[in-house]
Amino acid sequence: MAANPMYQFNVYRIGPEIKINNIDISFTNASLFMVISSLAILIIFNLGTKRSIIPNKIQLLAELSYSFISKMISDTAGSKAKPYFSFIFSLFMFVLFCNMFGMIPYSFTVTSHIIVTFVLAAFIFIGVTIIGFIKHGLGYLKLFVPSGVPMVLLPLIVVIEIISYLSRPISLSVRLFANMMAGHTMMKVFGGFVVSLGIVGGWLPLGFSVALTGLEILVAFLQAYVFAILTCIYLNDALNLHH
Amino acid sequence: MLKKIIFQFLALSLIFTYSAKSAESGGMPQLNPEFWISQIFWLVLTFGLLFIILSKFILPKISNNLETRKSQILENIETADKQREETEKKVKEFDKIINDTKVEAKNFFNSERQKVLDDINNKRLSLEKDIEKEIIKAEEEIDQLKKTSQEKVTKIAIETSSDLVKQLIGEDINKSSLSAIVEDLSKKEMEKHNGI
Repeated sequence: MAANPMYQFNVYRIGPEIKINNIDISFTNASLFMVISSLAILIIFNLGTKRSIIPNKIQLLAELSYSFISKMISDTAGSKAKPYFSFIFSLFMFVLFCNMFGMIPYSFTVTSHIIVTFVLAAFIFIGVTIIGFIKHGLGYLKLFVPSGVPMVLLPLIVVIEIISYLSRPISLSVRLFANMMAGHTMMKVFGGFVVSLGIVGGWLPLGFSVALTGLEILVAFLQAYVFAILTCIYLNDALNLHH
Repeated sequence: MLKKIIFQFLALSLIFTYSAKSAESGGMPQLNPEFWISQIFWLVLTFGLLFIILSKFILPKISNNLETRKSQILENIETADKQREETEKKVKEFDKIINDTKVEAKNFFNSERQKVLDDINNKRLSLEKDIEKEIIKAEEEIDQLKKTSQEKVTKIAIETSSDLVKQLIGEDINKSSLSAIVEDLSKKEMEKHNGI
């Protein structure tokens, strides 16, 4: 069973079964890694809040992450997006830490589950839509009518724009989920090759596995960054209506 | 954009068909809805708590730290500038004091030298005056001496000549005639002596 590359994505209960109104909300390995990631973020960033003029390494890390995300938000969504800084910061850090904890062998990758990424993406989608309608009223619907399009093409364009808008949560969630799942599956497959080819032929897949580990660490960061920056772009559409 | 959407739908459908095919071997555990509610519940709980704690307690502290550092750096630069200006001012003052002292020393030296020179001049003048007085006195004395010596010489000459005459002739001659002769002679002698 362990040789199955999909086995690593199995969710299983840890501890007793918890049920509220016949709904199963038991603590699972997925929950465990969500808690570990959140705690790690909180511990690291709480250590980084010391009030010293010359920062130590952890404080420097916290402050650099702060200015990195702050710069990312102001670059993509402008100064109007400042109130949403905490949310995007938490989102980026949560996704990044979940991805990174997934890189530890025998651990569990929370973001490799479509339901987790889809809930995050759906929350962002609904939130951004609500913000858009609050800021612009029904004028937010102008988002679907790009300026400078010939009248003949307009019905087609509007339909495409609406489909692309509605597919945002799907693209956002599937991008993260598929990247994480594909990477981890591939690593597992190459790991399996190392075992099955033995000491004679196993060196090549082992090398691939090492290279893939580096690549996957890059992907783990990149996907968290992409997730956060797309959120910023959607937020930018809602805050500054360009069309 | 359209291409992306089509690709995503294709990917999704592929995933679904894959899961359907490998259903008997477990397939994709991601599509097993058994723990979906649990995952959603724990996601909302952990992410919600993370968001609340970060936004209420940790991020304000970090931004505060960054702000205070920025303001502290600005303040430090300002005080450094101020201190530099002060130093420049002090250096200028110091230079001024040195210059003033130099000028004062020069003035003092000059005035003292002038005083000494004046003193010397005064003393010399008074000395010269004294010397002149002495000279005048001496000249007067000499003049007087000259006069008195002439008279005395004449008197002596008259007396000697009268004595000589008495001893030679043995009788007194009229003194007045004798003196006239002596005076006449001495006058001639004097004139000769004085180079006239």
